Amino acid sequence: MTHTAKRLLMVSPMVMAFALGLFLYQGIGQDPNNTESSLIGQTLPEFSGQTLDSPSRNVSQADMLGQPALVNVWATWCPTCRAEHEFLNTIAQQDNVRIFGVNYHDQKDAAQQWLQDLGNPYVFSVFDPNGALGIELGVVGAPETYLIDAQGVVLDKLTGELNERTWPQLRSQYLSLLEAKN
Amino acid sequence: MLKSITVSLLLGFMSWASPLLQADVGSYEFAEPEMAQRFVDLTTVLRCPKCQNQNLADSDSIIAKDLRGQLQMLIKTGQTDRQITDFMVQRYGEFILYDPPFNKGTLVLWLAPFGMVLLGLWALWFFGRKTTGQGAMLTPKEQQQIEQLLADNQTQHRDLKND
Repeated sequence: MTHTAKRLLMVSPMVMAFALGLFLYQGIGQDPNNTESSLIGQTLPEFSGQTLDSPSRNVSQADMLGQPALVNVWATWCPTCRAEHEFLNTIAQQDNVRIFGVNYHDQKDAAQQWLQDLGNPYVFSVFDPNGALGIELGVVGAPETYLIDAQGVVLDKLTGELNERTWPQLRSQYLSLLEAKN
Repeated sequence: MLKSITVSLLLGFMSWASPLLQADVGSYEFAEPEMAQRFVDLTTVLRCPKCQNQNLADSDSIIAKDLRGQLQMLIKTGQTDRQITDFMVQRYGEFILYDPPFNKGTLVLWLAPFGMVLLGLWALWFFGRKTTGQGAMLTPKEQQQIEQLLADNQTQHRDLKND
């Protein structure tokens, strides 16, 4: 064995071990819940359902198109949804953000009462008592918030609470969508 | 003491929990036993998206229940295993597969074990080498020098003792 080959044999495993260590190290502290949605880049799935406030009103994904918007998955049994609700009210009123709700695995009267008590930031909420729409969207749990463009293409997804800290990332994309549209 | 308490507690929980967790899977009814078997197989290899380290059969979370219901429906409507896993991956990503395919994203996952075996073999070789290489061999002259030094040392030592 030549000298260089021998040196290579001695050094390369160390480099390998070091690289592996670095790779594993950068995984520490990453939130395992933050898996990227496989819906990103795709159009909203087709669905048809009742709205929360009126069983006679049927809506589909076509009713969410035309302008960029947020689709927010919520439920009355979900404490984080309560925590983010006031923030949703704020951005809907002050910044005129269009928000559609998906009322996920919930009871109708409880959900209606919740919107009466806490305010309604949604253009409408789709009533999804058995999670069928949730499965189509790839919902893991409430709350989740999708950003869609005017054509209904999903651009980003936030798992967890929407608040002052998490909104800016979606907001900048939302604003550039608005700009591109005008 | 503390350890034995912990162990017995854990064992207690396990024996109490496992029949409970599996109970739900049996309650899904199928016309043919072959379909029921596929249901059991698929709930084992599909991961619960919410709970990370449990499969669909194990988990009691809302989403796992929904997906079990969906799975039952898909099996009953005659979908193949391949169609069903495609359906799940389309919505929840490859994350949902406990046996992920080999691609760019899973490259490290699949290759790292082989790399680690190689590292281990290398370590065996590296630390198991005999150190009687050229470095340990002395020329006759060096050998002579060493003997001289040792002899000097001994004389010195003896002198110190005699003082």
